[in-house]
Amino acid sequence: MHDKTLAELTRSLDAGDFSSRELTQHLLGRIDRLDGELNSFITVTHEQALAAADAADAARAAGKAGTLTGLPLALKDIFCTQDVKTTAGSRMLDSFIAPYDATVVEKLKAAGTVSLGKTNMDEFAMGSSNENSHYGPVKNPWDFTAVPGGSSGGSAAAVAAGLVPAAIGTDTGGSIRQPAAFCGITGLKPTYGRVSRYGMIAYASSLDQAGPMARSAEDCALLLNAMAGHDLRDSTCVQRGVPDYTEELGTALSGLKIGLPSEYFGDGLDPQVEAAVREAIKVFESLGASVREVSLPHTHYAIPAYYVIAPAEASSNLSRYDGVRFGHRCANPVDLIDLYKRSRAEGFGDEVKRRILIGTHTLSEGFFDAYYKKAQQVRRLIRQDFLDAFEEVDVLMGPASPTPAFDLGANKDPVQMYLQDIYTIAINLAGIPGMSVPAGFVGKRPVGLQILGSHFTESRLLNVAHQFQLATDWHRQRPALAEENA
Amino acid sequence: MALEHADVQRAAHLARLGLTDDEAARYVDDLGRILEMVDMLQALDTEGVAPLAHPLDVTQRLRADEVTERDQRSRFQQCAPAVENGLYLVPRVVE
Amino acid sequence: MQWETVIGLEVHVQLATRSKIFSGASTAFGAEPNTQACAVDLGLPGVLPVLNEAAVAMAVKFGLAIHAEIPEVSVFDRKNYFYPDLPKGYQTSQMYQPIVGAGVVEITLEDGTTKPIRVHHAHLEEDAGKSLHELFSSGKGHGMTGIDLNRAGTPLLEIVSEPDMRSAKEAAAYLKAIHSIVTYLGISDGNMAEGSMRCDVNVSVRPKGQEAFGTRAEIKNVNSFRFVERAIAFEVERQIELLEDGGKVVQETRLFDPERDETRSMRTKEEANDYRYFPCPDLLPVVLDKAYIDHLRDNLPELPAEKRARFENELGLSAYDASVLSATREMADYFDEVREVCGDAKQAANWVQGELAGALNRENLAIKDSPVSARQLGELVARVLDDTINGKAAKQVFQALWNGQGASADDIIEAQGLKQVTDTGAIEAMIDQVIADSPAQVAQYRDAEPDKRGKMIGYFVGQVMKASRGTANPQQVNELLKQKLDALC
Repeated sequence: MHDKTLAELTRSLDAGDFSSRELTQHLLGRIDRLDGELNSFITVTHEQALAAADAADAARAAGKAGTLTGLPLALKDIFCTQDVKTTAGSRMLDSFIAPYDATVVEKLKAAGTVSLGKTNMDEFAMGSSNENSHYGPVKNPWDFTAVPGGSSGGSAAAVAAGLVPAAIGTDTGGSIRQPAAFCGITGLKPTYGRVSRYGMIAYASSLDQAGPMARSAEDCALLLNAMAGHDLRDSTCVQRGVPDYTEELGTALSGLKIGLPSEYFGDGLDPQVEAAVREAIKVFESLGASVREVSLPHTHYAIPAYYVIAPAEASSNLSRYDGVRFGHRCANPVDLIDLYKRSRAEGFGDEVKRRILIGTHTLSEGFFDAYYKKAQQVRRLIRQDFLDAFEEVDVLMGPASPTPAFDLGANKDPVQMYLQDIYTIAINLAGIPGMSVPAGFVGKRPVGLQILGSHFTESRLLNVAHQFQLATDWHRQRPALAEENA
Repeated sequence: MALEHADVQRAAHLARLGLTDDEAARYVDDLGRILEMVDMLQALDTEGVAPLAHPLDVTQRLRADEVTERDQRSRFQQCAPAVENGLYLVPRVVE
Repeated sequence: MQWETVIGLEVHVQLATRSKIFSGASTAFGAEPNTQACAVDLGLPGVLPVLNEAAVAMAVKFGLAIHAEIPEVSVFDRKNYFYPDLPKGYQTSQMYQPIVGAGVVEITLEDGTTKPIRVHHAHLEEDAGKSLHELFSSGKGHGMTGIDLNRAGTPLLEIVSEPDMRSAKEAAAYLKAIHSIVTYLGISDGNMAEGSMRCDVNVSVRPKGQEAFGTRAEIKNVNSFRFVERAIAFEVERQIELLEDGGKVVQETRLFDPERDETRSMRTKEEANDYRYFPCPDLLPVVLDKAYIDHLRDNLPELPAEKRARFENELGLSAYDASVLSATREMADYFDEVREVCGDAKQAANWVQGELAGALNRENLAIKDSPVSARQLGELVARVLDDTINGKAAKQVFQALWNGQGASADDIIEAQGLKQVTDTGAIEAMIDQVIADSPAQVAQYRDAEPDKRGKMIGYFVGQVMKASRGTANPQQVNELLKQKLDALC
């Protein structure tokens, strides 16, 4: 039951093999037994989940079931969920019970999904290893000595470990694609503006985007159908029709033009990761696609530009955590400055402080032009690289990360950690959609193939990934967890 | 652009982050290396390139001027650290 | 030494939208604390702003009214600073690309001359909440400041002038002109007591003839026309005294204390501010197409300066009358309606500035609260003009309307029998009766020197008017009496 995809589960529910309540109970049981060590959830909402499952079963009995009715999933703890603790992985929000639902949460509820709880994450989505969570690191289900990636590490680990068939993540610089790659699942970061950001706790507003993390491209399509669409509460969410993302899933890939950015196969790429990715590309060739090399000349400026823009936006976005209206407040503040400084010093972790300080510094008088303005100019050049490449090819492919999941505690140096995101970060700066799909292993640790398309080509990306998954079974591999080994 | 202890202290004050001297010293080092990495941007000629603030070239949608929100004070103040008579409390502000 | 004062104003106008600039919460004044602060206004985690169309339209209308350039694209920026009444830790404002470009406001000085004051730009931003001090004498609020965020997110238009004013009087005239424009446009209620219009004043002095500006002080939150004059007067004197004693003016923010009639340094805010402005990533560029702007332009109401000119040139009012009657939109609209109903501009002006203004003054009422509507007054004046009633009766009718004793002048005229008697026969009959009843007075009249008789006729007029209960046409009474009395001589 816990290895199935959403599409398979729907068929089982329709066939009456089991009910949503049975499925939910089974998964909650697994979470209770297995998540103590894995640590992929911050909050598990047993009662609400069972109530939602019952409602879904009733709807199904009444013939009112949609494609997602009764399907369990988990939400990254960055989405506000009414009457449920919403922490963003931070001590700052340890006592924050959100008074409203994020738009994505509303839409998924309306589609009949059953949320099992809130998944662990790097604090305020700042991190690539899930080691920056106030609630402790998450382990990689394939290898408990490895990180699951970040910042949506809890979502990726929970799906990979069979605790939940799908989870919702967010991606600001790779936070869906990199953990999906590290945990051997399928993840999609949609085009910026495709999914509403309302109720999603902001890290860097011009880069953040929510997306599905699941066991197949088909499941990602089903979830995106429910998540996407215009929202009157988000000015940056586009007013554009939502296609049925499953519609193109049968299209053959003959004639598909694939570009391999030479910059994504250079120094620093683990040779075994490269080998796995090149094998995957051969599969596409066998499916009738043509492959050529392309160039994204400004690739190496993406990390520096990102580490100006994202911290600048974050430094401002995180000013609201001041101990006045919600969130952590220090004990017995002597005056206003003390209230601010101590509440924020106690509430935020190290990496968050680092990025607030960087952002504050680069925006301050005398530095703005040299840093912020410059980074925004570079951002345009980076976006242009992609627009130019998509004049020549339909999709771009490469590794999602230069290495497989690294060891817990391995990257102590922040700059070294930032450089891990070399293949994912530019995509957010350009606002284009990107996926990671399982494409092999290096030892026990999975490798992710990244597939990129131009703005609003999610249907094509999903089909490209789907065709690959029809031809391979990397996405069907499951880690052997301790309990099952015993 | 080299980063000094005073720069970190200044940023910490602007951001209202309390830092001990040890922490500040550590951040001088961390932030210095991050900025060194960022300084790579200076090598790129961006003369005449318009800054890009949003990844899509879309414009602001306008909302009709309608009151759509109702009073939810008690719900919103359940997560507040200190309230009295509907007001959020902070240490006395001297003007 | 001769000193010259240089003044620039930043006027914050609360726009009269129903909902806030970035949320659907109400902007109504005076609600219970924090009952009109929604999730967006509170800056709860995850919330996002969406711009109010009415705020945009109001800002553009103001721009058009001061003949400003309206740029095609404007952008919202974040101004970052911490303050408890600023929920998000930044104010969403417009630093680099404001919605209204450079324009001009014409001010009228006391001697009737006008002077153009340049507006550098006007931009949209959100208002902050309110900090309430010393509210609690006990309990956990004791010694604490209370924060009410109902006002947070109310749309503000900040209008920034060039340093073109040279006296406190000019500054006050400028503020009045802005007040008049925004109330004419209906984009603000202009209620200064409720903070709908607030003003920061930049003041410096320089030796007369010197080109370079002196160091300026900014006086924050001056909230009435009178205070603007007083704050500037004090500040100018302070700066001149300082300079003449060999001191220097410090660039700083000062607060005007109306009770002590002085400005003083705001020491707590002395620390250098660095607002770290950058474009708000949650809002997109606002692009206004020509059709939208043209539509707003075509629907602009007549503005104070145009109205004053029309009153003077087309209606033939005196410059003084024209300026008084165009001072506020309510006054001008009232006058215009009276004039349209009665058909005579001068009579309408006389009545509005005479009988009506006097009554309003006595009861300390604003024109919008007048118990006599413009239509009622217009109909009343029309009845004077068509001789249905005489001036004396008209005052009676006005009083009755004021007291709510009738729905219209005609009703009151009818009910109280005030219709003027113009029938010569009826008036002659009354005159004959009075003459018959006043033999002694008639004898005196006859015996008087002819050039004294004019004065003596007053008695008879009074008696006839009394007999007619005020309804006889006084002119006819006068003429007929003279004929009849002279015939007796």
